[in-house]
Amino acid sequence: MSRPRGSRLLRPAGFDELGLRRAISDRILPFLVAAMGFLAALALGGWIGAAALASSWQAGAASALTVQVPQPGDPAAQGGGTRLGRVLATLRASPDVTEARALDDTELARLLRPWLGAGADRLAIPLPAVIAVRLAPPDGAVDPNVAAPDVAALARALDALAPGTITEQHEGWMRRLSVLARSLQACAGLTLLLVIAVAVTVVAVATRAGLSARREAIEIVHGLGATDAYIAGRFASRATLLAAVGGAVGALVALPVLLALANIAAPLAGATPQTAMPPTTMPAVLLSALPVRLWLALPGLPLLAAAIGCATAQITVRRWLRRLP
Amino acid sequence: MVRFEAVGLRYNGTTPGRPPSTPTGNEVLRGLSFELPAGAFRWLLGPSGAGKTSLLRLLYLAVRPTSGHLTILGTEVTTVRRNILPPLRRRIGVVFQDFRLLPHLSAFDNVALPLRIAGRPEGQIRADVSELLNWVGLTGRVDARPAALSGGEQQRVAIARAVVARPSLLLADEPTGNLDEQQAERLMHLFKELNRLGTTVLVATHNEPMVARHPAPVLQLDHGRLVKAEANW
Repeated sequence: MSRPRGSRLLRPAGFDELGLRRAISDRILPFLVAAMGFLAALALGGWIGAAALASSWQAGAASALTVQVPQPGDPAAQGGGTRLGRVLATLRASPDVTEARALDDTELARLLRPWLGAGADRLAIPLPAVIAVRLAPPDGAVDPNVAAPDVAALARALDALAPGTITEQHEGWMRRLSVLARSLQACAGLTLLLVIAVAVTVVAVATRAGLSARREAIEIVHGLGATDAYIAGRFASRATLLAAVGGAVGALVALPVLLALANIAAPLAGATPQTAMPPTTMPAVLLSALPVRLWLALPGLPLLAAAIGCATAQITVRRWLRRLP
Repeated sequence: MVRFEAVGLRYNGTTPGRPPSTPTGNEVLRGLSFELPAGAFRWLLGPSGAGKTSLLRLLYLAVRPTSGHLTILGTEVTTVRRNILPPLRRRIGVVFQDFRLLPHLSAFDNVALPLRIAGRPEGQIRADVSELLNWVGLTGRVDARPAALSGGEQQRVAIARAVVARPSLLLADEPTGNLDEQQAERLMHLFKELNRLGTTVLVATHNEPMVARHPAPVLQLDHGRLVKAEANW
């Protein structure tokens, strides 16, 4: 006897022949999945945030350079002019340099304030001039290893013009920070995998509990000719719904935490929070507060939870049903 | 229709419903060979423990034989793949001694269950189930759950569920146990009517007066063996 097309849709909505509404609680499973969703959202935020920090710091390591010129007002060793003037001119003439800017007294005082206090500029200490240099990335790529030899040559040339000039690339500590950020990213990724594994286990345990609680009903329905797909589908529908709800709740609860963390981390990523056109409406403020990739990933959490719920329930029930003839 | 060829059944006691992997358990049926032609009506008789329920379990595919060959509705079920069995089960109606109704469903939904599993349209289901519940005298009880029904009413729900899909093979295990004589007679007339329409019917019972009132060929079991397979009239 052939089954009419689309007949399954005709089954009354909410028809619960296996009694799964009681067997798989609508409280415990969504709560556990919400907890997993919360952790997954944090891990996801950590993963994306750490990736952004790593990229930002790695780019900084490749392109940032600090040049200190002692006795900046003294005559240069070669070519005339002051030592600072010659060093600046040489830097600006270099094809590897996109920007070279001497910090003014205010900026220098701000740099020294942690060590010398607010009146650093009034102390009779000979301060070097500090030049912030931005190097051109080779072919637009971010690779500090390629830039290093040029910097060494540049440092030698500057020292010849103004002996005692110190050229310092930020590569060393930037690279360490970058490695740290990559490690954080790996930890976040691992956490995400663990959360997924725990979520699978939670759904599998809940499904097995449901199978035990409804064994008799399953055997009756099976005896009436229900296929494995039919029975597994009933469990999967329930698990999918509850896991999706849990995932959505977890993601929503994690959102304020992520916004707070993003606010704390923004200066580390070199962000300039209030630009010329700051967002004014609440949605725009929210949108600009988190990376776009995170905004795109967060709605994926309930979907991922639903997929985990569906697949885990299907596999668990089908394996269990193999014990029936 | 149904053919037993030297069929044996042994339970290993650990996984009911599945052929035991090691033939060390208690052998409940031995060397059964008989045939139920299409459209036949048979009584299944025998003392308690003779193997009647096990024979019925083989027929409604709750277990598979551990030896011999069993053919049901044209399918050799001893070794066939699992996914072949569900459509076959939908062609078999069973009235269980303990009813096996789903306690969280109403009488209507219990009776409708085989049709919904088979994917019938809801409109047809409503008509068929209502008609059948009316026939078994439960018109006013369609929304009642089994716990709110008497034993006799539960049995009538179980009977309605067994026949609602118009099965090719109808099996009943002590179907009149909770019915008064009048209801039991109505049930027998339903079985005979279904049988007249082509359904093969096998009824296991201890109700000797009922067997006497409705003479039909008998399968007599004793200690797991078939001791009689002949007409009793």
